[in-house]
Amino acid sequence: MRVPLSWLAEYVDLVPGTTTGSLHEALVRVGFEEEDVHDFELSGPIVVGEVLEFVEEPQSNGKTIRWCQVRVAPDGETAADGGDAVHGIVCGAGNFFVGDKVVVTLPGSVLPGPFPIAARKTYGHVSDGMIASARELGLGEEHDGILRLAELDLDPAVGTDAISLLSLDDAAVEINVTPDRGYAFSIRGVAREYAHATGAAFRDPALAGAGSGSSAFPVTIADDAPVRGRIGASIFVTRVVRGVDPTRRTPAWMIARLKLAGIRSISLVVDITNYVMLELGQPLHGYDLDTLVDGIVVRRARAGESIVTLDEKERTLSVEDLLITDGAGPIGLAGVMGGARTEIGSDTVNVLIEAANFDPVSIARSARRHKLPSEASKRFERGVDPAVAEAAAARAAQLLAELAGGTVEDAATSTGQAEPRPSVFLPDGFVSGLIGVDYTDDEIRSVLIEIGAQVEQADGGLAVTPPSWRPDIVGKADLAEEVARINGYDRIPAVLPVAPPGRGLTRAQRLRRITTNVLAGSGLTEVLAYPFVSPTDAAAFSGLEGEVAQPVRVANPLDGARPLLRTSLLPGLAEIAHRNLSRGITDLAIFETGLVTLPTASGTFGSATLPVGNARPDAAVLADLDAGIPRQPRNVAALLLGNAIVRQPGQAPVAWDWQDAIGVAQRLGTALDVELVVEQGAHPAFHPGRTARIAAAGETVGFAGELLPDLAASADLPRTVAAVELDLDALIRLGRSEILARPVPTKPAATQDLSLVVATDVAAGAVRAAIVEGAGELLEDVRLVDDYRGAGLPDGTKSLTFALRFRAADRTLTAAEASEAKLAGAARATELHGAHLRD
Amino acid sequence: MSEPTEITEASVGAAVEAALAAIAAASDSAALKTVRTEHTGESSPLARLNGLLRSVPNDQKAALGKLVGQARGRVNQAFAARESAIVEAEAAARLEAERVDVTAAAVRQSAGARHPLSLLQDQVIDVFVGMGWEIAEGPELESEWFNFDALNFDADHPARAMQDTFFIDPPEAHLVLRTHTSPVQVRTMLEREVPIYVLAPGRVFRTDELDATHTPVFTQFEGLAVDKGLTMAHLRGTLEHFARTLFGDGAKIRLRPNYFPFTEPSAELDVWHPTFVGGARWIEWGGCGMINPNVLKAAGIDPEVYSGFAFGMGIERALMFRNDVEDMRDIVEGDVRFSQQFGMVV
Repeated sequence: MRVPLSWLAEYVDLVPGTTTGSLHEALVRVGFEEEDVHDFELSGPIVVGEVLEFVEEPQSNGKTIRWCQVRVAPDGETAADGGDAVHGIVCGAGNFFVGDKVVVTLPGSVLPGPFPIAARKTYGHVSDGMIASARELGLGEEHDGILRLAELDLDPAVGTDAISLLSLDDAAVEINVTPDRGYAFSIRGVAREYAHATGAAFRDPALAGAGSGSSAFPVTIADDAPVRGRIGASIFVTRVVRGVDPTRRTPAWMIARLKLAGIRSISLVVDITNYVMLELGQPLHGYDLDTLVDGIVVRRARAGESIVTLDEKERTLSVEDLLITDGAGPIGLAGVMGGARTEIGSDTVNVLIEAANFDPVSIARSARRHKLPSEASKRFERGVDPAVAEAAAARAAQLLAELAGGTVEDAATSTGQAEPRPSVFLPDGFVSGLIGVDYTDDEIRSVLIEIGAQVEQADGGLAVTPPSWRPDIVGKADLAEEVARINGYDRIPAVLPVAPPGRGLTRAQRLRRITTNVLAGSGLTEVLAYPFVSPTDAAAFSGLEGEVAQPVRVANPLDGARPLLRTSLLPGLAEIAHRNLSRGITDLAIFETGLVTLPTASGTFGSATLPVGNARPDAAVLADLDAGIPRQPRNVAALLLGNAIVRQPGQAPVAWDWQDAIGVAQRLGTALDVELVVEQGAHPAFHPGRTARIAAAGETVGFAGELLPDLAASADLPRTVAAVELDLDALIRLGRSEILARPVPTKPAATQDLSLVVATDVAAGAVRAAIVEGAGELLEDVRLVDDYRGAGLPDGTKSLTFALRFRAADRTLTAAEASEAKLAGAARATELHGAHLRD
Repeated sequence: MSEPTEITEASVGAAVEAALAAIAAASDSAALKTVRTEHTGESSPLARLNGLLRSVPNDQKAALGKLVGQARGRVNQAFAARESAIVEAEAAARLEAERVDVTAAAVRQSAGARHPLSLLQDQVIDVFVGMGWEIAEGPELESEWFNFDALNFDADHPARAMQDTFFIDPPEAHLVLRTHTSPVQVRTMLEREVPIYVLAPGRVFRTDELDATHTPVFTQFEGLAVDKGLTMAHLRGTLEHFARTLFGDGAKIRLRPNYFPFTEPSAELDVWHPTFVGGARWIEWGGCGMINPNVLKAAGIDPEVYSGFAFGMGIERALMFRNDVEDMRDIVEGDVRFSQQFGMVV
């Protein structure tokens, strides 16, 4: 809401010396955040001038200019710029006459732009200033010619300061109005709040006279399908003004105020309806009375019905839309936009003013349905004071009479009436108990009266009837806020509450923190990607589960190319890797932990209906809501590319490769104490020969290895990229929750090597597992130290050498015992994999 | 050197002199080895003189024996001293030969780093855990009921439209990307017994284009306390304590009236940042208030018995003004140089 200072000052006494800055400060104290300041961005000398004479001079470019002599100061006096009383000025416009009073921007003045004015040579003359158009002054869009003050019904003395004459010295503050305070979308509402903030005297403009008499114009409210059980129009007031002079122009002060408030001047009648809306918060609509057929009926639209609105667009209506209709059909989409057929035109002389109170929900839905957010709908959505309709209609009628020469018909139509507000019981002690400040009874009562509530003593508390303009006040907490707000939040002391003893982080929270610390400590850098991916990426990377149904789609994505929610962290990492590469960072080890979204295989999700908000749904309903939300496990993933160790003196470069990806998985397995099994695996995003399936307790928990080279290339990465992605939730779930330490044996160890020849397609991990199984308890550690193929071995075989370490807890092992265990391990490998001891 | 044939002071003295001279002249362990053979070995003059003792008359044995013995002792002692000096020198020379340029040490592990957002989140968590609060979590893709209805956002209220929500296809599924972590508060109140003191950190989503100060995906933390007798003073006390732990003892907070559907009264929260680069100043930080009775009712908590407060702030914003990050894009783009400025500390 933009609030011109001069307008505000009509209804509340501004503290002397008030500036836009101090006004903002006052309003923020009562809850209106500062947004901006608006003014006309010009400075003088800008004065009234009189055209004494001019000579038309055709130019070679086809234009005709006028070389004018303009009196800008009374005869014998010095002009405001220190120059002569008569200035020679070149003017390109042709819409004025000798004797016209005009606005002259003298040298030294500045117009919005900023556009400084100086005497300058042009068209063979020295033009000593400029004759301004309305647009140049910031007063409108009119630029067909210069501004003739006679058009504004003004005839001031030559030399008069035009800035104050045209109210161009006014300024407006813009404040943010929260959606609960619709009343503050008006000068009336802001003036009241300023009074709350400063204690200044407030004069309510809505107390100005309402109409008299009864039904002058037939209006029927016939809502046969209320939205959410609420009648679409509770109040409908009309006033008739006849004999309006369509040639009258909007006065400068009104144009200036509208402009500062952000509304363009259109015509006097329309400007008046907008002006009263801004002043009182009541949206008004003006009809050309002579175009109306019979009386007005307010009803819901019928199926298939349409209306051409003011913007000349035909709109097909929904049966939920509330309409204003006459005998010939729709004439307005209630509270949103009027119809073209009954629009105020340049020849309108008889005007019907509508001031109605429409249901917020009905208007909000229509405005959204037709994508027509308007000044009117904005106010109705937030709630308009039902008590202000008559005053607003009267105020508009009065201005039409004063400014447009119309005659107001005494009789007003007022159909419907506001529902009485139920009073709110405010128990003694409640406000202090909620706010933590010991307010006195007087303080509480006086705030409530100040905000316009009716306060009566009741048993054990107060019965408070909220003011008509505050639909947001429905309970005692709302009243408590008013007391705290008006008294100032600064009065609230600081008291630290004591929570019951807590249990610290959960196991999962601790392990997640360990995960990120371990990876960062291992030389990887944590990044956080957006979860939005393209269909191509979603298909290429898919999720850990392989068979993911169609990913979840965002209905209104910011980037239309990436509407899907990620099922894998890898596409985001690939994009970040590419961004780093493009900035010259070619050696990268990055990781992320984050949620992925895995819809069910059925592809359906969500809940068709939602429970009401202000009561606890029963367990079955809550379970249904939860069941409708796709599973979102937390994954951890890393991408490794370029060199792990760069070339340095005495150090050959070592590239990141698939083994490092597996290493990341194993390091996490160790850190989180979950026993991981690494097996040859297959995943659509990974190199078919370089993919490890990572499993724990028989369950797949992720994949590691090398990305599919073509996929890496399509992400603008090098063809060799190592990647790992694990289901972190699963790792945490499968890890040991309770760790019982075993004693550390200190008897001497016996170490032996074991070389086994197996077929090349037998996995080393499988052979190792067989050795572990066969060698039994004495085997403490086993490590693959060599994989030899070639001379001395049969084709199709390889020799795997393992370093074994044996130890007994209670004695020094003999070489014979160690050998026996070793051979038992070898025997198991022979049994399972056809291994034989290498000679 | 002539072969000594008789033990005399002169012959012994000559052998000793020769040996000591040789020992002194030996400059390395190889030379010393030769000296050992020539002057202390079995065929050395002193060894031979010692051998002659067998044939001297008994009455001279003691005197001559002493003469030879002392001579050998002197030589052996000198030898040992020289040997240890040479060993030491040679060891030192060997180590010196191994000297490296420590400024050219190869780096064998890349530098890793946490993202400062997650570090700051951990730090915030630790402050509240230290006060006995617990940490609650929930899904990012949420049911509209948890994100809006349960939080007193009426389906037709403009506040709901003003949330800049990412909706999920199809709209009839009533799923959204949560616009705040407040749905976690609802879940917490449904799941836990009062009294409740929890902090809910996490990612949230709004349809704001990425620019220097906005990002459509950001991180919030929201606090929730439900207990008997909680007041706005407790809210202020909690926020003030928290502000001081994060911004230093000079930090303070300011509350301004505002509106949120889920709190009543509601307040905007400013923090006085005493060490802000460019001068101490007030900074808009978040929203807070006393939990709206309708929200308590939606969670099955009797607002006549219990009251509560809630607050919520953005971690990005805190990081920006606390650590002087000037552009939001640095936080979200994943350039490793950004995180690596922080290492493991924020």
